Amino acid sequence: MYARILRFRWTIAIVVVIIAALAPWLVSAYTLTLLGRFLAMSILAIGLVLLWGEAGILSLGQGVFFGLGGYVIAMNLKQATLGEGEIPDFMTWSGLDALPWWWTIFSHPLLAMLGVILVPAAVGAVFSWLVFRRRVGGVYFALITQALALCFATLLVSQQQYTGGFNGLTDFKTLFGFDLGAIGTIYTLYWVTVAFVVAAFAITYWLLATRYGKLLRATRDGENRVRFLGYDPAPYKVIAFSIAAAFAGIAGALFTLHAGVVSPALVGVVPSIEMVIWVAIGGRKSLWGAIAGTLIVNFARDQISSALPSLWLYALGLAFVLVVTFLPDGLAGLGTNLVSRLTKRSDDAPAGAAPIVRAEG
Amino acid sequence: MAQALHEQLTEPNLLLAVDGVTVDFDGFKALNGFSLTIDKGSLRVVIGPNGAGKSTLCDTIIGRVRATSGRVVFKGEEITYLPEFEIVRRGVCRKFQTPGVLPTLTVLDNLMIAGQKDRSWRRSFGLRQAPEEKEKIEKILETVGLTDRSHILAGELAHGEKQWLEIGMVVATDAELLLLDEPTAGMGPKETSKTADLIRGLGGQHAVLVIDHDMSFIEQLNGRVTVMHQGQFLKEGSVAEIRKDPDVAAVYLGRAAD
Repeated sequence: MYARILRFRWTIAIVVVIIAALAPWLVSAYTLTLLGRFLAMSILAIGLVLLWGEAGILSLGQGVFFGLGGYVIAMNLKQATLGEGEIPDFMTWSGLDALPWWWTIFSHPLLAMLGVILVPAAVGAVFSWLVFRRRVGGVYFALITQALALCFATLLVSQQQYTGGFNGLTDFKTLFGFDLGAIGTIYTLYWVTVAFVVAAFAITYWLLATRYGKLLRATRDGENRVRFLGYDPAPYKVIAFSIAAAFAGIAGALFTLHAGVVSPALVGVVPSIEMVIWVAIGGRKSLWGAIAGTLIVNFARDQISSALPSLWLYALGLAFVLVVTFLPDGLAGLGTNLVSRLTKRSDDAPAGAAPIVRAEG
Repeated sequence: MAQALHEQLTEPNLLLAVDGVTVDFDGFKALNGFSLTIDKGSLRVVIGPNGAGKSTLCDTIIGRVRATSGRVVFKGEEITYLPEFEIVRRGVCRKFQTPGVLPTLTVLDNLMIAGQKDRSWRRSFGLRQAPEEKEKIEKILETVGLTDRSHILAGELAHGEKQWLEIGMVVATDAELLLLDEPTAGMGPKETSKTADLIRGLGGQHAVLVIDHDMSFIEQLNGRVTVMHQGQFLKEGSVAEIRKDPDVAAVYLGRAAD
């Protein structure tokens, strides 16, 4: 019975990926740009499934890592628009006469791409190691991450001469020498995004099946029990946090490429909380749910904010409250319930429901 | 005295020595200069009225609570201030009073995680398991009578089954010293005697320290009994001796022993 459901599940997965890959011919150009952005954001959401759903670590600061990825790629894109010895306009206005050294590192596109993954991962590792080493967890950890998001956004605004301040970085033209406005580049960028979503999904899926994944879940439900079985939970949690940070960085870089801009408005406290809401609505214990939640919430935001801009935050808040109250496992939990109810009816082993919940992972 | 203690600590058969440990919680001495030694493969039962310091003793050995003074020596090495997981890696494992199974993992995964020899995160990224560990876990499953429940989530087990699973997990760690804190809490007489059989079967391979109140269970265990009172050592002897002892009776009846 499980085998059949599992095989069925893989067939659906393949069909979904094929449809996603064909999207450039299926939807309008406008919808495609939105889809590209939202799929990029769903990579961050996958990281939150690992971090929040499985490891039980609530981070209200994922915007920081999203921003690090976005700014690293933006520094490269900005430098690609400059001639020999030129510096961006905002630096000239602030009285700088040369690029800071940490800008020039990312002038090479390959280094920028490495930076997109490694900078957030390294910052995430150092930060989380400092905190988890002291056994700080739960609400306190969430509050510290929120403070981190606030500091980061404030820093970006205040260091205008390096970061472009409140306006952020924009007016990009080329990546790897390809024109970012060309239709071919837009399609390729979209497919690259889909490929990254698939890769993030696969990596997390595999990770959760290993002993590492089981220990992560064990740590969520009984950190002390795990400690008294001879494990040190801190490195397990640091790894989960760093992977989620790296995913957020990739998401931020891809988003910046799709949107053509990165600014402090995308990385602060409110966007970081919204990221958690996408995952809460989709289902924090389900990879599919997290992706679906990101797409649903963001497309809804696009529709609602263009019709009634003032309504959006109320709608989001209401949806969040409803989901938390009635669907603790989000929309994915609703789906899993239906599946297990159906299989219970068709198959007499009631114990069978449990592993299906797992396979949702 | 120091000479005698030194000889005692180098005794080859000695596994654990709790040496004059005091645990001071803001003026309340949960343990007050308490000493205890346990030989390899032996069974020891610790009893005492509520607040005697039994659980604090376990906490101190495993590193959850730190001694204010005194020391804990395991296999000739001091472990008093090691991190908890380091103490466990050296061969001490504890079953807590409330069942501490991992509820969202299957019974099998619970035992697998407990029985894992290499607990470093660096080698946690595998899907496969060594065949000898699989075999060990199957044996434990049989011992604790959970073979046909092995694929159920541990959170769905009945209370008694959770207790047994946790005993199984503690055994799976291959620890030389097992600390069992009220292993029969919430069990009926039948389950209790099954648990006593289980624990007696561990003797020889593991040294076991059991904390319990239930006199009939203690009689079934038939190990050496240490009685604690107000954080201090009161008596040690066989079950029969302890039963007859007037000081022990006085303590249990609530009169101050003087």
